[in-house]
Amino acid sequence: MTVKWKQAVRHLFMIVFSLIMVYPIIWWVGASLKTNSELSSPNIFPSIPQWSNFTDGWKAIPGRTFTDFYLNTFQLEIAVLIATLLSCTLVAFGFGRLDFPLKRFWFALLMLTLMLPGQVLIIPQYAMFHQLGWVNTYWPFIVPHLLAGGAGGTFFVFLLIQFVRGIPKELDESAKIDGCSWFGIYWRIVMPLTKPAIVTVMIFCFLWNWDDFLGHLLYINSVEKYTVGLALRMINDSQAGQQWGQLLAMSLVSIMPATLVFMFLQKYFVEGIATTGIKG
Amino acid sequence: MNRSASAAAGTGRSKHRSSFLKRWDAPIAGYLFISPWLLGFIGLTAYPMLLSLYYSFTDYTLMEQVSWVGLENYEKIFNNDGKFVQSVKVTFLYVLASVPLKLVAALLVAIILNRAVRGISAYRTAIYFPSLIGGSIAVSLLWSNMFGVDGFFNKILAAIGIQGQGWVTSPDTALWTLIMLTVWQFGSSMVIFLAGLKQIPNDLYEASSVDGANRFVQFFKVTLPMLSPTIYFNLIMGVINAFQMFTSAYVITKGGPMNSTYVYALYLYERAFSRYQLGYASALAWIMLIMIVVVAALIAVSSKYWVFYENDGGGRKGK
Repeated sequence: MTVKWKQAVRHLFMIVFSLIMVYPIIWWVGASLKTNSELSSPNIFPSIPQWSNFTDGWKAIPGRTFTDFYLNTFQLEIAVLIATLLSCTLVAFGFGRLDFPLKRFWFALLMLTLMLPGQVLIIPQYAMFHQLGWVNTYWPFIVPHLLAGGAGGTFFVFLLIQFVRGIPKELDESAKIDGCSWFGIYWRIVMPLTKPAIVTVMIFCFLWNWDDFLGHLLYINSVEKYTVGLALRMINDSQAGQQWGQLLAMSLVSIMPATLVFMFLQKYFVEGIATTGIKG
Repeated sequence: MNRSASAAAGTGRSKHRSSFLKRWDAPIAGYLFISPWLLGFIGLTAYPMLLSLYYSFTDYTLMEQVSWVGLENYEKIFNNDGKFVQSVKVTFLYVLASVPLKLVAALLVAIILNRAVRGISAYRTAIYFPSLIGGSIAVSLLWSNMFGVDGFFNKILAAIGIQGQGWVTSPDTALWTLIMLTVWQFGSSMVIFLAGLKQIPNDLYEASSVDGANRFVQFFKVTLPMLSPTIYFNLIMGVINAFQMFTSAYVITKGGPMNSTYVYALYLYERAFSRYQLGYASALAWIMLIMIVVVAALIAVSSKYWVFYENDGGGRKGK
């Protein structure tokens, strides 16, 4: 009986605690349907839902709609995801499967860059991309990912190396005997078996690029290339907080992709975080 | 053992290949495979770091010719830059408050959750969700509205009879609203702790309760030591990330009021990209790197005294 009681108290605590954690989000959903005057009232849901917050907010930036900003962001994301998929798996196969001189040295450097604070690189990279004429293009995001860098790139390589190392080597030995090249082993044997780790990498690559606000702020200047995050900031700055309903509505929409990815691919999240200690 | 035996068999059978290819096949392939990273490391990490070190001794501004100014930038920063001092203070306060609070919250909730057997995934989802979205500008906007004078937080306080204030607009509390935003996102650390807790063998708890240890003693004598490598990892990564905090300070408070949330990354950004003093900002970036390295090194040195590795005693084989 006491065990049951303890368990019940624990569950009660967890339910209350979970509610506190998600309460701001519940309030957010309600607030996105409120008028400005109703925002400061304590009730969660408005008396009359203002669906116009969504429709007007969608067109809040003159001459553009959020359709453009979402298309921009998804374009950027797709390019970055493909670049990451190609580069990180190749590098991980190299480190995880092949022996070559100085391998330990390069691997140590890889581990070191894992800890390197990105902000040290911002200024020189900006100067380099500026000289190349890449400011106000998406190249400053795509090219680093093609070279197994960018937002989280080193983490992805590390995660994939760990996974590749766990795949039995006997498989490629027998493929080698059958005359399979290294690329063939990578492509036909190791890549298909790495799929769970690749999904995890793709998820986090998507999320971190979605939230790479500082990067977007630095490299994207013109409104026609704006990502969703930059568009939100623009509304916030230009309206001086006057249309909070619209702003909160558009903000809410902007977290939907991450939420959907999370809902449908939850098991990869938990595995990804737990096995590698990735920050969320 | 098994592996090298089959590897030997493999090379034995491919003897018909020329010895040159046999010797260089794997190394060449290896370098080809890692070449994207290698190029990226040289071109986008090593070279830029040297470049930024060089810039820090110049008056580089993107537009004009670069001229060498020696230690001038560093001298100015250390002797005559009130904003530098302020941003270092704010950043250290932020790191010292947010990282431990986040870790303690993550650890405690993980321990409770680990015991609540049923429904664990539902709770985990609810608690992880804020970390999923927390880094986005959307949540920063939500936060600045919630903690405004007319915000939702003051309404709750009013409901229980406490007079609220403009949390974001008061210099005394603005940084704490940002700290709260960070702590709210403890879910991802918690998931890591949960995984760590699962690794602790149950017989340790059984053995200690046979010896008469209660839950409280077990926490300090079993759980904490066994989890210390995970805590150590979370601490180092948390500190490195906290030093670079930017988005919420930029969006919610813009460094204000009265520079009370003027974190280091914000100062760096302003010097570099509002005033285009890239030389000066490069010096700031190197000082930041050195600060982070020193703090991380201190934690690493201290870890000898509090991080417990299972194989220290030599009882277990392998990793």
